Amino acid sequence: MKKRISLILVFTLGLISITHAQLAVKADTIYTMAGSKVVDGVILINGEQIEAVGSSSDVDIPGNYEVHETSVATPGFIDARSVVGLAGIYNQDQDQDQLETSNAIQPELRAFDAYNAREELVKFVLGKGVTTTHTGHGPGALASGQTMIAKTAYNTVEEALVDSATTVAFTLTSGVRRNFDKPGTRSKGMAMLRQKFIEAQEYAEKQNSDDPPSSNLTLQAMADVLNGKLTAMITAQRAQDIMTALRLQEEFGFDMILDGAAEAYMVLDEIKASGVPVIIHPTMVRTYGDTQNASFSTAGKLHEAGIPFAFQSGFEGYVPKTRIVLYEAAIATAYGLPREAALQALTSSSAQILGISNSVGSLEEGKDADIVLFDGDPLEYTSHISAVIVDGKVVKGN
Amino acid sequence: MNRLFIILLLILVVPSITFSQQTPQAFAGAKIIPVEGEPIPEGTLIVENGKITAIGPSSDVSIPGDAQTHDVSGKVIIPGLVDSHSHIGSGDGGDRSSAMHPDVRILDSIDPRSDTFKKALAGGITTVNVMPGSGHLMSGKTAYLKLREADTIEEMLFVDDPTNGVAGGLKMANGTNPIGEGPFPGTRAKSAAMVRELFIKAQNYKQKLEQADGDTEKMPTRDLGMETLVQVLDGERVVHNHTHRHDDILTAIRLSEEFGYRLVLHHVSEAWKVPEEIAKAEVPASIIVLDSPGGKMEATDIRYENGAVLEEAGVTVGYHTDASITDTRLFLRSAAFGVRAGMSRDAALKAVTIANAKMLDLQDRVGTLEEEKDADFVILSGDPLSTYTRVQQTWVEGQKRFDISNPDDKKYATGGYKVFERATQNHHHGRH
Repeated sequence: MKKRISLILVFTLGLISITHAQLAVKADTIYTMAGSKVVDGVILINGEQIEAVGSSSDVDIPGNYEVHETSVATPGFIDARSVVGLAGIYNQDQDQDQLETSNAIQPELRAFDAYNAREELVKFVLGKGVTTTHTGHGPGALASGQTMIAKTAYNTVEEALVDSATTVAFTLTSGVRRNFDKPGTRSKGMAMLRQKFIEAQEYAEKQNSDDPPSSNLTLQAMADVLNGKLTAMITAQRAQDIMTALRLQEEFGFDMILDGAAEAYMVLDEIKASGVPVIIHPTMVRTYGDTQNASFSTAGKLHEAGIPFAFQSGFEGYVPKTRIVLYEAAIATAYGLPREAALQALTSSSAQILGISNSVGSLEEGKDADIVLFDGDPLEYTSHISAVIVDGKVVKGN
Repeated sequence: MNRLFIILLLILVVPSITFSQQTPQAFAGAKIIPVEGEPIPEGTLIVENGKITAIGPSSDVSIPGDAQTHDVSGKVIIPGLVDSHSHIGSGDGGDRSSAMHPDVRILDSIDPRSDTFKKALAGGITTVNVMPGSGHLMSGKTAYLKLREADTIEEMLFVDDPTNGVAGGLKMANGTNPIGEGPFPGTRAKSAAMVRELFIKAQNYKQKLEQADGDTEKMPTRDLGMETLVQVLDGERVVHNHTHRHDDILTAIRLSEEFGYRLVLHHVSEAWKVPEEIAKAEVPASIIVLDSPGGKMEATDIRYENGAVLEEAGVTVGYHTDASITDTRLFLRSAAFGVRAGMSRDAALKAVTIANAKMLDLQDRVGTLEEEKDADFVILSGDPLSTYTRVQQTWVEGQKRFDISNPDDKKYATGGYKVFERATQNHHHGRH
């Protein structure tokens, strides 16, 4: 019985550990993701930021710093595309806010109006090393709404927000027609999106005229994609849908991230030439429907081609309710992706693609103290996360 | 016919038919993990006519002169994996006309050519319990399959006679999945009442059979469903019961004790809440690893620790893929995650082999590498519980069924364009 109680305690992910202003992490290996790894290294944390990183011979630990010893330290992981906080653990109507089906084009829907910072899955992924999540509206509508970036270790969206509006999530897959009467085909979906972008262009032009139009949230959000305030994140899995997404980008010239990209390996040259980064589908995505042709080796091929990419947990409609980016990266390493490239895609590349690399994604002086502590190889199945540090606060791993 | 042609024909055709059956094959130099007994650091495995004829340290095992020898030094050999709960093979099960279909056999619907079998072989799986879904109180009879090369389902079964033999178990489910509108139960209590009522009917049927004692005049009218349940009552057919919540687990145990049937608990998401009760009932648990909890109300409290907690309590515990819920290519990952959450390596490896074999009454045929057992084994590139380890070859009864060096096989391990064209997501959990 005692064992059972202690297990329950372990299962309960304690968020509130003691907040320490001054910490030191001593690790056999530190993957800083800024230059080469540091062997026998030290990370000093002062307040919410990293104060110093280096080998133990170069960085002295002041006597009053609380020391955490570990085998491996990496930057906190950045889940490059999630729905946690909008899509909840119960998978019941009342906790599923990632897809609004009243209209196929609703780019004005703001993620932070629906984000539940206390959602159990947010805390669950935190325990798996995700310190920053790019989350919000899911795939399934031509324009399902906006996304945001949050730190996972806070209890209100206001505290958690890193970026309140990051992308508009667009979808060009055969799945859209299941959620709407219109569009019913791929071609119709593309025509509807092009029409809306053209309206947004006209809307933006009129805003600068003597007779500005009355405010329209939908067109404003589309115009913000066109003017670069928001990035277009387009979910496309089939090769022809990837090409359609690139065609749309070329026509309207917006900043774009390609999401999913299950058949990216068929059009690597075209993706590379477009300069568009990829948030690759979860490696273990189920191989049916639009992701039927997904391959374990796609992340490795993107790396080989020199296309910037990051890992995502994605959207799951059943069990498991969310995937874990660390685990998705691990499978990719068994199928051709070098280990350090996998860590990069979980941290620094993800930060660069999302435009937050000034504060997170690597362990460097002045950056946020977001760190994951492992008792072994981070990508090995049997390794444990002993602790996660977010903005200098220590959270128990799981 | 000219002589050269005949010789060519003999060279081409004869070896492929007879040599693989008759010639002993020796696998020498690998680390062998027999699962029963200690790992052998440098061992030799000899197979002949589909069976293991010798296994041991290379220094102790003499290779027959006529054997074909495979140098597998640096590799790791483990038993072929046994998956105690899967939905591969594109089969179906009971329809929506009733909540209980003890008459239905999944073996009548399985496609032996389904590439889901090739996908499973790429993950080292050689024996599978293929089950109908969980959207019924009883969705039908399951099929225990060996992943031999087969054109017909008969060639994959463990029994010679699919109609009169016991080719599998009986799938049952409780909790929310079988609940729905009529003829399905609306509540958990009604679910249990319906199952009890049917088993009481089966007890009466069985009594009539016994009273008739072979007298055709006195025999009850044949009823396929009743015949299945009599097999269950007689202990010839095991009940595989889908269950998640701790109270549903206890209900499954309660019903099995009332009617005295043999039970395997499946999924058992909240096993960690009732490990002593499961142990006391002496019921094995076939559990699943989900990367995160949730997705359905009943799975919000699932724990990675289930394997460790059940091991500690002394329960026979196995992992299953519930394919396509988890990926058959990554079945060993479930065992590794068990170890990550506190399970012993030994119990974790048993959980994907012999523990599952026991749940299917196949422990004398599969699940360990021992003399006289089926020559089902997997050659791995390294430690079975490492992320970086890949299945190199999968052998079923002495036949090579997967070889990563063959591009036509390798594609099933990796995926890609049109690889899984026939692998559709046709398995429904719950109401539809």
